[in-house]
Amino acid sequence: MTPIAERPTTRDAIAAVLPELGGHARVCANGFISRWVCALGDDEASFYMIGSMGLASSIGLGIATARPEVPVAVLDGDGNVLMNLGSLAMTAVLAPANFRHVVLDNGVYASTGNQPAISASVELEEIARAAGYRKVARVGHVADIVPELRAQLAEPGPTLLLIETQPESGPPAPRIPYTPPEMTARVSRAIERLATVGRGGESAR
Amino acid sequence: MHAGSLSGVELAGALRARGFDFFTGVPCSLVASLITALEPHGYVAETREDAALGLAAGAALAGRRPVVVMQNSGFGVSLNAIGSLQDIYAIPCLLVITWRGYQGNDAPEHLVMGEAMPAILDAMHIPWRELGVDAASAAADVAWVRARLDEKPGPVALIVKPGVLA
Repeated sequence: MTPIAERPTTRDAIAAVLPELGGHARVCANGFISRWVCALGDDEASFYMIGSMGLASSIGLGIATARPEVPVAVLDGDGNVLMNLGSLAMTAVLAPANFRHVVLDNGVYASTGNQPAISASVELEEIARAAGYRKVARVGHVADIVPELRAQLAEPGPTLLLIETQPESGPPAPRIPYTPPEMTARVSRAIERLATVGRGGESAR
Repeated sequence: MHAGSLSGVELAGALRARGFDFFTGVPCSLVASLITALEPHGYVAETREDAALGLAAGAALAGRRPVVVMQNSGFGVSLNAIGSLQDIYAIPCLLVITWRGYQGNDAPEHLVMGEAMPAILDAMHIPWRELGVDAASAAADVAWVRARLDEKPGPVALIVKPGVLA
């Protein structure tokens, strides 16, 4: 594992991955992951979970299964993955080619005060690999994020990129400004638009 | 316990006739015939009931009308997902929940939830009714669910008592 001081912060990791995931429906795990995605690159294709901890991957899998023509990315946290390990198995079994899993692993429950999580001792990407994800990788330096993510995006999913991060020391990201029903309406519209793009891409081939 | 006159195929047909088109859940013996009837329509055998609610929420965001099938033990597992996902985000979902522990007549592990379930459904403001015992009343129940979801998207439950489904 990468020494803590060399790792990107959650904010820096999200700033690196977001530009690569344009054209994806993005499901963002509750807590600082949703808040940083909203602060750094808000748009309608991002669904911000404020509760239902653990279910970001299940929600993303539901979108990916229902709409195979829509690229889907789940921006997940280590605590969320640990809470719903069965989702790694479910994802591997359904094996949607349009599903990308990005796990930000800071080894703590940041939103509640940085209490330690057992992810510091468990290689979550290896659980995904054993379950049957098509490609998994672990990175711990900010310069490695984009090349590894692009390599995964060039191949069919499901893929999982685990990014080792360090807990934030700066000011926290602001809270999500939308009501939950607003977020539902926004992402539903965005998925519809992405589906039209996806179908257009199919017929053009 | 009377023998059920409603078949899984009839209930699946009633669900599909009202536009439900995404099926997932975790099994219970009381709805075995329903799950068998849903398998040709893409039923996803989930690992946990709350994960099934996550999957169903994603499908609903993508324009589908989901149904999640579960035992009431799994309803207990699902409470946070129902409350902090389907409910507050106004994401439609039909819950088909079996009533194990009905009238205290079941294995010990089902008795606490069997007694508490109606009060929990009411406390969480989940519209619910018991599933009827024949094809005509089941079709009416599914129509009632669809009307509730069209009025106010969120969780709505049909409760399946022992012996209802053949």
